[in-house]
Amino acid sequence: MGDPNTLWDFLPYLAAGIPVTLSITFVAMAFAIPVAFLLALGRMSDQAALRWAAGFVIELFRGSSAIVQLFWVFYVLPFMGIDLPALVAAVFVLSVNSGAFLSEVVRAGLVAVPVGQYEASLTLGFSKPYRFFRIILPQALPLMIPPFGNALVTMLKFTALVSLVTIQDLAYRASLVGGVLGESGLVFGIVIVVYFSISLVLGGGARLLERVVNRRAGRIATADNQHRIPDWALGLNR
Amino acid sequence: MIGQFSWDWAFAFSIMPDLFSGLKLTVIATLFGSMIAVVFGLVLCIVRVARLPVLSMIADLFIQLVRGTPFLIQLFFLFYIAPQWGLSFSAFATGICALGIYYSAYAAEVYRAGLDDVPTGQWEAALTLGLPLPRVWLGIILPQAIFAVLPVMGNMVITMFKETALLSTITIMELLAQGKSIGSIQFRYIEPLTLVGVLYFTVSYTAAKTIRKLESRHAA
Repeated sequence: MGDPNTLWDFLPYLAAGIPVTLSITFVAMAFAIPVAFLLALGRMSDQAALRWAAGFVIELFRGSSAIVQLFWVFYVLPFMGIDLPALVAAVFVLSVNSGAFLSEVVRAGLVAVPVGQYEASLTLGFSKPYRFFRIILPQALPLMIPPFGNALVTMLKFTALVSLVTIQDLAYRASLVGGVLGESGLVFGIVIVVYFSISLVLGGGARLLERVVNRRAGRIATADNQHRIPDWALGLNR
Repeated sequence: MIGQFSWDWAFAFSIMPDLFSGLKLTVIATLFGSMIAVVFGLVLCIVRVARLPVLSMIADLFIQLVRGTPFLIQLFFLFYIAPQWGLSFSAFATGICALGIYYSAYAAEVYRAGLDDVPTGQWEAALTLGLPLPRVWLGIILPQAIFAVLPVMGNMVITMFKETALLSTITIMELLAQGKSIGSIQFRYIEPLTLVGVLYFTVSYTAAKTIRKLESRHAA
């Protein structure tokens, strides 16, 4: 009891970072998906200005480091009179950055819908929103779900960056506690295990969702072909 | 507040030498990091698919662990734990090792995709010809698998190039760290951080375009 500065005393503080990290992950993901749709639709638009603007945003965010973008929003925008709270700046950069990457997933999903479906819905005289939301999207969505699921784990790892702009997520608290205790190696080791456990859970959830979507879409999950290497080539069965 | 936003070209030019010295470190870190990743990734991939009793499981767990946790945390872990284990690397060497380890897990996945893509006929032909195993792997399977994934590896190196910015957190004066340090000393972040972004963008965009061009040229 005597020495208050043991790892045990700091565990509650450290653990309180888990919900912070999780909420940032989910909130940023919730914004990233609409951003991805907007960018993909912009890229596929028949108006050149929209195509150009969407392409510009996509290339800009994919072409430079996320951390540089985060610092730019955090340090440079205040000089322009835009002083965003750290949390807003962080969620903005995380969601637009991964939205730019995911726009490719959305585009691929939309392109995969057979042209006949577009033509038929046009011929039947449906309104534009109806065509998109009731005809095209339901067919494209099952293709996008698996990559979106993987993106959730990527987002979880991505959120560690926000610790660098003073947000008290798991990574930030680990740095602080590790520094105070002088046991940074140990604390980061523990935190690695925590992140890994969360990503296993999120990854498992993503696979479950994928299976549900595949069943509802009437598709059979693609066979796992990771054991295609014949036994003889590995020197087995000899 | 708005009045402070003005782009100062003279200042921008004056900080370019510092930024370029940072860019040099960034490029060096990327080169060494990708060398480790490409080699160690292949080893990991082979061990994982080789169905060895315990080693394959360890390799699989290692790949999942590395891919399931943030690079930043791994970097800090290595940075703080290496001295405790009696390994006195410089921060720069630690950073390169962290990059190499993180991306070797990705490279292992990429190689596996390449192996899976080798047509079954190639295996059957090799078996029929009765070639010795080393020749099957080194002469037939691996060259095809590796050639097929070259563009993906190229893109991985570009991703690594952008990720090196995180090495700034362990005191390495690479590109981003240079930009931030200039910003905090002069209290002008507009030019340094914008130029840092422009430099990252220029290098990675050019490299990505080059890979795409090479890919389409060899696609035939």
